[in-house]
Order: sequence, then structure tokens, then C-alpha cells
Amino acid sequence: MTTDHDHALSGAYAVDALDADERARFETHLSQCADCRAEVDSLREAAALLGIADEVGPPPALRDDVLAGIERIRPLPPLTREPATVTPLFRRLPTLLAAAAAVVLLLGVGLAVLRPWSDGTEPPPQLSAAEQILRAGDATHVEKAFPDGSQATIVLSRSQGKALIRTKDMAPAPDGKVYELWLQTPAGKMIPAGLMPDESDTTYVLDGDAAEATGVGITVEPDGGSEQPTTQPIAVFPLES
Amino acid sequence: MDPVPGEPAGVPHAGAPAGGHGTDLGALLNRAARGDKAAFAELYDATAPRVHGLALRVVRDPAQAEEVTQEVFLEVWRQASRYDAARGSALAWMMTIAHRKAVDRVRSAEATTRRDLAYEQANQSVEHDVTADAAHASLEAHRVRAALAQLTDVQREAIELAYFGGYTHTEVAALLDLPVGTAKTRIRDGLIRLRDTIGVGR
Repeated sequence: MTTDHDHALSGAYAVDALDADERARFETHLSQCADCRAEVDSLREAAALLGIADEVGPPPALRDDVLAGIERIRPLPPLTREPATVTPLFRRLPTLLAAAAAVVLLLGVGLAVLRPWSDGTEPPPQLSAAEQILRAGDATHVEKAFPDGSQATIVLSRSQGKALIRTKDMAPAPDGKVYELWLQTPAGKMIPAGLMPDESDTTYVLDGDAAEATGVGITVEPDGGSEQPTTQPIAVFPLES
Repeated sequence: MDPVPGEPAGVPHAGAPAGGHGTDLGALLNRAARGDKAAFAELYDATAPRVHGLALRVVRDPAQAEEVTQEVFLEVWRQASRYDAARGSALAWMMTIAHRKAVDRVRSAEATTRRDLAYEQANQSVEHDVTADAAHASLEAHRVRAALAQLTDVQREAIELAYFGGYTHTEVAALLDLPVGTAKTRIRDGLIRLRDTIGVGR
């Protein structure tokens, strides 16, 4: 679902000409689109020069205020993990299996900005686990669209500590294999989160506590699943904290 | 404790810097990220006129512009470790923070009360032109002016309304009588041409 429309906002974003909603949506897109990140960075370089003729020294007292102000502020630690890239999540995994490699090639990557699934209609009296997540006030969506037309979306509710995956037109796992889901802990550990049903269009609530998960991964595993990933992931969904 | 205040070690303020020439802003940022207050003071001296000039141009009210400038530098201090030289220059990183804060300021002010036009007009002539001592700035400023001249009128107007006016692309479209959705394209095309003409970024 990455569209030209998304890319076209890069300039407006670089000069802060998006309203709050557009900005939030584009930032979701940015976290998943390296091309747009690079373009925005380069356009900001150009924009930074626009005010070059406008230099005005602030009053000297401001300098004192600023230097006094920093005394009370602890500089943030550096980011030690790239939230938007795929590799760090599974950096320590063994080399990939041929089967997984084939699937990776098949699926490739393409990411998109998401809209909530729920449409605000009246909730039924008894909500399924999936509906509770979908309707949670803090539900966030991370979607991937693959070149073969299939899509997968993670919906996460931190408050409920649960996440689900929705797939559309997903190719079946190779014979004797299964798609296994993983939740990544802040410490980087991959916790098994269940096996995806063998259906191309499905909604599946992940096992385990997702309250602090930093990502969701999918790997191809032998039937029955594995205790820890044995192949490179075919998809990784970074979850913002 | 750092020795400062007042005279940050070493760097002559004289040529303090539009484009960061002569001062390695990235290195100063990296040192600031490790808590080096003297480096941060140097960074302030090197960039405060640029940051404040932008804040003033966007926000217009001098008192508010000073608040924005102060917020920007406190944020730069806090976020210094997040600057990634691989993604761009330190100056662009700082100006991005400055612009965001200035724009957020005018928009939140508008959300609560409409901007006070009389006040704005009274302050409009504020020292934009009290520019920069610095002769070095003029060369780069000349390049930027020349590059701006390469843009179409609509591209230039759209960029200036967005960047200095703090308007959204939708508002820019309305201001320029463009169909909704086309201002963003003008802004992007204009920035790309500007970037390529000046030769910054990638």
C-alpha cells in the first residue's frame, strides 16, 4: 500500500507543512520507507539554507538561560537499536534455509501506512479476543504489503498486552513447513507466539504478552514449530514503544 | 564543572557561521551528547543567529521567538546523541528542530486564539535585516538566492509560505488558488530543484 501519494508528501513533510494527522501518518510511512527517509533528509538540507539571510543574534541573556537550562537536562542516550530496520531483530539467527530464502524472494518487502480496521460501529456484547484488540483505544497497526499482492498486518494494543496478525492472500507455507510467529522482548529475545493457521486470509491472536514487545517476526519452521527461530524471518514488524 | 561561561574555549566567534564553515558542528554535537557543556556553548555561539533568525521569521513575535530559540537549544542538548551524521549535516538537523518548534508554536497559538493581527503587524518589521555580520554568509546566501531564482514562481511562493509562513500544504494551496493536493507537489519539486541546484544532500 505504499503509494505515490505517500512519497509526494516528502517535501511538505521536510518543511513541516503537514497537519498533525498527515504528519503522524507520514512518519509511520517514513519508518518503513528508506527512499522517503533519504529524500526527506536531502530536502531538509536544502530547506535549512532557506533562512540563510535571516540571521539575528538572540539577546545575550538567552545564552545564559540556555546554558543554565542544560544543567537540569540529562542528554538522551544514543539509540542502540534501529527501530525501522529488519536485520537487528534477527541478527543472531542461524543462516537461512533454502525454503525460507525462496519465501523471502517471493515476498520481498513493501510497507505501508495503516488505517485502523475498526470502523467505530457498535461493539457486540461479547467481544472476541481479536475484537478487543482491534477496538482498543491504543490499537496501532503495522502493515506489510508484499509484491505478490499478499498483505499482513500486526495490530497491537499495549494496554491489553496483546497483538494479532491479519493476513490477506497469504501464500501457504511450503509442504512440511509452517509459519511461526515470534514476539521480540526488549532484551532481544524471541518468544514463540504461535503458529499461523494454514489459511490465506486469517486473523490470529498471538500467544504471549505483547505489552513490551519491540517487534513481531514470522519465520518458516518445520511442522509443529520451533522453540526458537531456526530460519531468517520472512517478515519483521517493528513495534514502536 | 565546566570552566565556561562566556568565553567558550578556542573558537573565534567572528566568523560564526551560516553553513558551519570553519566549525565542525557535528563534532561539537557529538561532544555535547557526552555532556560537554563547553562544546555545547560553542555550538550555541555558532548557530544561535541562524536558529533565532528562523524562529523570529516564522513566529514574528520577538518574545515568543526567544522562547522558541531557547526550547530549540535545550532540545538540541537533550537529543544530541540522536544526531546521525550519515543522514545529513548537523546544521540541517538543528534547523529541522528549530523549524518544527517554530511551526508548532504558531499553530498551537492559532488553535487557542486567532493570531492577533494588530500585534503581528506591529512586530512585522522586526529586524529580519539586522543580518549577520558575517561576510561568509553572503557568499552562501548568494548561492541560495541564485538557486531560488531557478524555481518557478509558484514553487518559490509555495515553499516560502510553507517554510516561513508555517502554513500546511493544504493552506498553501488555498492561498495560491491551487487545486487541493497540488501544493505539496510544488513544494517537493521546488525543494528538489533547490537541493540539486545548490548541491546539498544527495
